[in-house]
Amino acid sequence: MTTDRHKARAMGIAGALVAALAVAGCGSSSSSNAPGVTATSITFGTHQPLTGPAAPGYSEIAPASQAFFDYLNAQGGIYGRKIHLVIKNDEYNPTQTVSVVHELVLKDNVFGIFEGLGTPTHTKVVGFLNSSKVPDMFVASGCACWDDGTTQPETFGWQPNYTIEGKILGQYIKQHFAGKKVGVFYQDDDFGTGGLAGIKDELPASSIVSTQPYQPGVTNVAPQITALKAAGAEVLVDFTVPIYTALGQLTSFTLGYKPQLVVSNVGIDPITVGGLLKTFSKGKAGTELIEGAITDGYLPSSSDESNPWIALFKKIHDQYDASAPFDGNVEYGMANAYTLAQALQLAGKDLTRQKLIDAVNEKGAQLNGPGLVPYRYSTSDHGGYAGVEMGQVRSGKIVLFGGPLVTEPTASSPITAYTTAQPAPPASGVSVP
Amino acid sequence: MVRFIDLTLNGISTGAVYAAVALALVMIWRATRIVNFAQGAMLMITTFIASSVIGSTGSYWLGFAVALASGLLLGAIVERVLIRRIEGGPPLNAVIVALGLLILLEAAAGMIWGNTPRSFPPAFSIRGYDVGGTHLLFAPNDTFTVLVVFAVAAGLGLLFRRTRLGLQMRAAALAPEVARLLGVRVGRMFTLGWAFAAFAGSLAGLLVAPSVFVGPNQFDSILIFGFTAAVLGGLDSPAGAIVGGVVLGLVLSYVSGYESASLVTLAALVVLIAVLMIRPGGLFSTTRERRV
Amino acid sequence: MSTSAGAEPSSAPNRGWRLRAPAGTLTRSLGLVALAGVIFLAASEGLGSYEDLQLASGAYYFVALAGLTVLTGLSGQISLGHGALMAVGAYTFTLLVGDEHWALIPALAAAVLVSALVGALVGSAATRLRGPYLAGATLALAVGLPALADKYTGTFGGANGLTINPPTPPSWLGQSFPLERWEAWIAGAGALVVVFLMHNLAHGGVGRAFRAVRDDEIASSLCGLHVGRVQTLAFVISAACAGLGGGLLAVVLQLAAPGAFGLGLSLSLLTAIVLGGLGSQLGAIWGAGVLVLLPGWTDSIAHSFSLSTQVSANLPLAIYGLVLIVAMLAWPTGIQGALRRIIAAARRSLVHGGHSDEGIVPSSPGEL
Repeated sequence: MTTDRHKARAMGIAGALVAALAVAGCGSSSSSNAPGVTATSITFGTHQPLTGPAAPGYSEIAPASQAFFDYLNAQGGIYGRKIHLVIKNDEYNPTQTVSVVHELVLKDNVFGIFEGLGTPTHTKVVGFLNSSKVPDMFVASGCACWDDGTTQPETFGWQPNYTIEGKILGQYIKQHFAGKKVGVFYQDDDFGTGGLAGIKDELPASSIVSTQPYQPGVTNVAPQITALKAAGAEVLVDFTVPIYTALGQLTSFTLGYKPQLVVSNVGIDPITVGGLLKTFSKGKAGTELIEGAITDGYLPSSSDESNPWIALFKKIHDQYDASAPFDGNVEYGMANAYTLAQALQLAGKDLTRQKLIDAVNEKGAQLNGPGLVPYRYSTSDHGGYAGVEMGQVRSGKIVLFGGPLVTEPTASSPITAYTTAQPAPPASGVSVP
Repeated sequence: MVRFIDLTLNGISTGAVYAAVALALVMIWRATRIVNFAQGAMLMITTFIASSVIGSTGSYWLGFAVALASGLLLGAIVERVLIRRIEGGPPLNAVIVALGLLILLEAAAGMIWGNTPRSFPPAFSIRGYDVGGTHLLFAPNDTFTVLVVFAVAAGLGLLFRRTRLGLQMRAAALAPEVARLLGVRVGRMFTLGWAFAAFAGSLAGLLVAPSVFVGPNQFDSILIFGFTAAVLGGLDSPAGAIVGGVVLGLVLSYVSGYESASLVTLAALVVLIAVLMIRPGGLFSTTRERRV
Repeated sequence: MSTSAGAEPSSAPNRGWRLRAPAGTLTRSLGLVALAGVIFLAASEGLGSYEDLQLASGAYYFVALAGLTVLTGLSGQISLGHGALMAVGAYTFTLLVGDEHWALIPALAAAVLVSALVGALVGSAATRLRGPYLAGATLALAVGLPALADKYTGTFGGANGLTINPPTPPSWLGQSFPLERWEAWIAGAGALVVVFLMHNLAHGGVGRAFRAVRDDEIASSLCGLHVGRVQTLAFVISAACAGLGGGLLAVVLQLAAPGAFGLGLSLSLLTAIVLGGLGSQLGAIWGAGVLVLLPGWTDSIAHSFSLSTQVSANLPLAIYGLVLIVAMLAWPTGIQGALRRIIAAARRSLVHGGHSDEGIVPSSPGEL
């Protein structure tokens, strides 16, 4: 062993050290009372799958939220503070989620995390955010994981829980397709299993003839669809993401299998699904294969141009986010951003992290906005929207009907109607109770 | 029984697609002794090009032709610009370059065409054949797919066994120096090999795109299973690629249908290991191990 | 696809003043570990919390890479499946710590053991395979093994995977000792152990056996080496390292989920050892640095232009792919190879006052 190698080695290790220090920058962050907020700005961070297999559709959400913040900022923001959103790509890989969220909190000193997307991803940072007392606002996932405000005080859900949706869809099937055989085609994770639990809660076990999970990433779903057809399912419940709704429909088309579709709001956006099926409908919009599907929604249908909220969001989209199609994902991002802005408004001008949490705990349940249903927010329940309204795909657009319904995600809790009307959007800014 | 038939048909049609990708990999291996991990990304690019052409001109067969032509071109360019510089070097470096190309192409596709997958028309109808009132899980488009794959495999087999060009290509791959001495334009053979392989890959992309949609990451699983099929059948054999593809397609279909979709990738692993333990060079390997 | 960097001894005579290097592989290894330990400690103290997390990540990647570079560089067997072996270690660790409440070190040891067992299975199957067939088999492993987590959701947590509580720093370090620095120390300790073991291995009899079998199987079996056993041993050792790396990943990130151990991880590991310098422990350090730092750099570059989301989200990956291609074309022996050439050239010009020798003499791989 020669000294040359020894020297090379020492130099190498020193080089590694230099490289490490080069990353150090200015060193650790200061622990201020309210990081990420100044008199004129407030900064949130988010982790999103901007690239990779999970990106389709979801990658539109955060830029749409950003567009809404741009709209608010043009009017002066909230209490004179402009809202900035730092969007980081985690490619739906939990390792990267942990890394970027740590970077956002420790290095970028964001005030809080907003709209973190995905259950397998976000569940890996909930512990860190709660122990570091960083607000974790309005997670973009319908998992029941965010419901418990007692053990996870910093974390809030936003969209309706998958089980709530499953229950309401299940009740509709029980009332309108009584006696028919039901099959369920669902994603093999808590989105699908949560929805299935809701369906099973409402429907008698004898009417569910087949439940077929699919693996995201395995694009051949023919074995599952043929099983559903073989079992004779006349009503097919899809707890699927848009790509798999489309894949399921393609196989059904090949088989000449035409059950009544009941699709989760996650996987029904007609623009997205129609786009995937476009070339099979001889150049038409592409929604032929999902025409008549029963679905649900907690926000007004994105094609309902007469709705004042949709008109507002469309205006903002055309000005600040025009490169994206105006679909359900964009509406989601803007509605969620509206809710964050409301929470900031409620928290008051003298903003601290704890005040934001308290604001949602105390007054969150009274908030209303583009949502058709109320929130469940309280100190113990951080679940988010309490229900959905039934809908159907008619002429390629989702039309909601029957009035909003709310329930709890627990087994056999009742489903009740919610009769308060949706308020009109404010002329500017946000409105809070 | 109906279910078994459906799953078998499904296995054949998906297996044909894996075989198409496997053929492209076999082509490159025989011609240049490199495993092209970027094959899936290259065929993704040519399929995107086809999609754009079809979108703007409305003609499927024009898009089809453009995809094949751009495949030839892309393969030739990649070989000439990138692979030429690492041929003869450590084989692992070629793997890394191919991986780098894969990442670059997928990112470039995302930048140019966006991350949202788009629909791609099938060449023929996808309505299953009507047999006594029920529709089979096999449509005219699937017949087209299977026929095309067989034709390409036969073409490749003929090329390598019966033509002078094929002999030159094999010589250039296995003994480049000797081949040069005998007057074979080794560099040109390599370029041709990559061009033909990319042609086969483009074909695979066109055949599978209707059922996986066209997006930067949509072809990843096809490449993985295609590579598995190629290894299963033996990287030196086009016939092996077909058999490997069909066997894999059938096994995965049965496992997904009778067990669960979550076992599909594990089943691929088990099948591959089982075959390789018996025949370490794949099903159709010709060289025997020299045991001392 | 066996790699064969030539094993030519360095023949340039040494002139001039030099440090007296301690004799004996063991002493040198210990000295190395001490030196590396001091540097690591100093770095972790001087850096902020997020950078400590990056340091910890670099440490667990290094642990996995150190084993992989021995397998692929010294033993000449390609593996596209080491991400799956990291998964084995991570899941073992999280199951033992989370469900069975084991302590840290026994759980890590168990992770190493279980991965080594899996490595023995894989390795004995792999002895019959060569080149692309081995690559294909390990690729199927990378894709198929994590699927077990999706199948047995009760035990493995399905797509969400498992989470555990973070390790608590011992009380004698003080109340406000940052968690990230403690994680970096744990991972760093693991890395130091691996440095010691792998350095000894590479320069000892085992390393020589690996190289012998890689370069000429028939000759080495004539010399009495059992080819299959040697190759399997290489797999076992690299799997143990990968398992430790996975276990340390679980310590640092407190998670084990299938999405974290996809094919991309296996391919990144392979890329990192080749970029860093195949067969060399220093190469593994460079590789770990690339894995941890390059994504952040490409991200910053992409965001320094104001581009549409579609472009700026994909640009970091495009740059990464381009870097891989260019680096392989420009520096086929990796960062360590390039550094060696630079240092050798610099030394030559210093010692010989500008006269150049016949050419650059490559040193044997496996050195640190």
